[in-house]
Amino acid sequence: MADVNLFLLQLFTGLALGSVYVLLATGLSLIFGMLTVVSFAHGAFFMVGAYIGVYQYGVTGNFWISLVVVPLVVGTVGLLTERFLVRPLYGRGIDYPLLLTFGLSYVLIEIVRIFFGVQGIPISTPEGLRGAVNIGVGHFPLYRLFLIVATAVVVGGLWLFIERTRFGLIIRAGARDPEIVRVLGIDISRVWLLVFGLGTAIAGLSGILAAPIRAVTPEMGIPVLVESFVVTVVGGMGSLAGAVVAGLLVGVVFSLTSLYAPAFAETSIFALMALVLLVRPQGLLGRAGLMG
Amino acid sequence: MNNFRISPDRRRVLLGAAAAASSPFWFNIARAQSDPIKIGFPVPLTGPFSAEAQGQERAAQIAVREFNDAGGFKGRMAELLVRDDKLNAGEAATRTLELIEKDKVNFVVGSLSAAVQLSVNNVTKARKVIFNSISQSDTINEASDWSPYTFHEALNPHMTAGAVGRYLFKNFGKRVAFLTADYAYGHEMVRGFQTAGKAFGVETLADIRHPLGTSDFSAFLPRIQALKPDILILCNFGRDLVNSVKQAADFGIKSTTRIATPVLLFTARLAGGADAFDGVVGGASFYWGLESSVPSARAFNDKYRKAYGGEVPSDYGALGYGGVRTVLTAVRNAGTTEADKVIAALRALKYDYYKGPQYYRACDHQSVQSVLILRSKSKNMKDKNDVFDIVSIEQPGEGNLRSCAELGHKA
Repeated sequence: MADVNLFLLQLFTGLALGSVYVLLATGLSLIFGMLTVVSFAHGAFFMVGAYIGVYQYGVTGNFWISLVVVPLVVGTVGLLTERFLVRPLYGRGIDYPLLLTFGLSYVLIEIVRIFFGVQGIPISTPEGLRGAVNIGVGHFPLYRLFLIVATAVVVGGLWLFIERTRFGLIIRAGARDPEIVRVLGIDISRVWLLVFGLGTAIAGLSGILAAPIRAVTPEMGIPVLVESFVVTVVGGMGSLAGAVVAGLLVGVVFSLTSLYAPAFAETSIFALMALVLLVRPQGLLGRAGLMG
Repeated sequence: MNNFRISPDRRRVLLGAAAAASSPFWFNIARAQSDPIKIGFPVPLTGPFSAEAQGQERAAQIAVREFNDAGGFKGRMAELLVRDDKLNAGEAATRTLELIEKDKVNFVVGSLSAAVQLSVNNVTKARKVIFNSISQSDTINEASDWSPYTFHEALNPHMTAGAVGRYLFKNFGKRVAFLTADYAYGHEMVRGFQTAGKAFGVETLADIRHPLGTSDFSAFLPRIQALKPDILILCNFGRDLVNSVKQAADFGIKSTTRIATPVLLFTARLAGGADAFDGVVGGASFYWGLESSVPSARAFNDKYRKAYGGEVPSDYGALGYGGVRTVLTAVRNAGTTEADKVIAALRALKYDYYKGPQYYRACDHQSVQSVLILRSKSKNMKDKNDVFDIVSIEQPGEGNLRSCAELGHKA
C-alpha cells in the first residue's frame, strides 16, 4: 500500500502548500473585490511582513509576538499607502493603481536591501513546531500542519468578520454598490482605507507564517505574487470563497503533478488557469464583468 | 636656503602646467598615456544569486586595488567595470558586447551561471577578448565552446561532483536520489556524480528536476522520503539550495538520509541558518577556514577583512579575486595588454593567490586546483562565520579532470 500512502501524503502536502496560496489570495481578493485595485505590491508586503517578523523574533526570541506585531505594522503601512498613494488615483481607471503598486513593490524591495542586505536573513522553525510527525500515511512537518490550522483560523475569522458584523455588512454593501452606501450616509472612503489595510495586514501575516519554510530574501515576494494572482484568477477576482477553493486546488494540482511529472509542475498551475479562463472566464466563483 | 619657498621660476612653471592641464588638447594626451586597464565584470547583481555576485564583486575590487597600490602597470591603473547580467543569457551577451564595443574593456572576468557564461564566452570569443570565467561549467572546457581566449578560474562540475561524490559514496552509501535544478549547472553536476559513482556501483533511485528559482519544494519531498535513499544530493544553487535544504530538513529526511550538495555555499549557509544545514556535506573551491593551513588564504582573508569591516570572503568571492588577479599579473608578466601575449603569460602562470597552488591546463585553460569537502556544523562555532568543518581536501591533479581528448581538444 506504499503507493496509496504516498499519494495521500502528496495530497496532504498539496493542501499545506495551498494554504499559503489561500492566505495570499485572500488579501489580494479582498482588496480587489472592494476597491477594484489590483495590488502589485502584495508580494512586497508579504516580504516586508517576513522581514519585520524575523527581526522581531530575533530580538525577543518569541515567534508568537511576531504573529501579532507583523499584521499591525504591515497593516499600518497599508493604511498609509491607501491614504496617500492609492486614494488620489480613484476614478482614474484600473491601470493607475496597478502601476503605482508595481513601482511601490520595487521601492519596498530596495529599502529592505538597504537595511538588511541582499543576502537574506536566517530564521529557524519556532521551538515546539520543529520536526515531523506521523500522520498515518507518512511523516509530515509539524510546522506545515500548523500552517494549515493558522490559515483556517485567519480565513474563518475573516469570514465571521465580513458575514456577521455590522462593519462586514458595510463592506459587502460597498462592494455591491458604493454609490448607494454613500447615499445612506456612510463614509465609504474610510471603509476602503480599512479594507486596504486589512488586506495588506494579511499579506504581511502570510509572510511571517511562510518565513520558516522559505528563504527570507528581498525578492521572496516576486514568485509569490505570480502564484497568488493565478489563484485569484482561478477562484474569481474578488471572491473570498473562490480564493479558498482555488488556493487549495492549485496546491493539490501542483503537488500531484510534481509526483507524476515533476518537470511539468510549474506549468500545471498555469495550464489550470488557462483551462478555467476558457470555461469560466470570471473564475470558479467570481462574478462576471467585474473587471469591466 | 629654504626648500619650501616657491621661487618665482618654479611658480611660473607651475602656472604653465596648470594652464596646460586645463587645456582640452593637453588633457587628452595626458589621459592617453595613462589609459586604465579596463576589466569588464558582468555578474547577476540582482536575482536569486545576488548575494554570491556581491561577494564576487567585492573580492574582485580587492585584486584591482592591490594592483593599483603596487603602481599598476607602467603607470596604467586597473579599473573594474561591473555590470548586472540579471542571470539572463541575452542580457549578459548585450552587456558584454557593450563593454567591449563601447567601454573598450581589455578583458572580461565574471559570470555566475553555468548557462550565462557560455553566452558571454560566445561574445568574447568572436571579438578575440580574453574571458576568465569565475563560475562552474563543464561545457566551457569542451572544444565546441572553448577558444584560446577562454580561461576558467572556477571549478567545473566534473571536478566538484567527482570529489564530493568520492567522499560521499565512500562514507555514506550507494543508494542516491537527486533533486536537480533544471538547467546546465544541475545537469552537469548529476552527470559528474554519476560518472564518479560508476567505480562505487552507485544506484540512482530518482533524479527529480525542478525549475530554477523554486520557492517551495514540499511537493517533491514525500517521494524522496518514501525512497529512503542513503544520500540525497541537491544539485541546485543559491536560494534554491537554501529553500530545499530547509524544507528537506522539515520533512525529517535527515533521519534516514545524508543531505549533500555539490557546492556548499557559504552565503547559502548564512541565509539558511545552522539548524537547517546541520550535517549537510558539500564541496567548495574555497572556505575562509582554510587559513589555518594555507598562508595565501590567510593573506587574502586579511585583505578582505581590512577592506570590509572584518567580514570574511565567500567561496565565489574568492573566485572573483583569483580571476582578476591572474589576468592583471599576466599583464605585468607579458609587459602588454595585447591579448595573445597575455594568453601566453596566463598559460605560463603557476600561482597561489588564495587557496594553494593552481595553474591553467594547457589544452582547455581550466584552472587545476584543490576541491574542499565541507560539512556544515551547528555546534562549537567560534563566531557567526565559523560554519563549516573542512572534512577532506582533494589535492589538485589533472587526473580529476576530463582528459583533453575527451573534451575534443587535439593533443
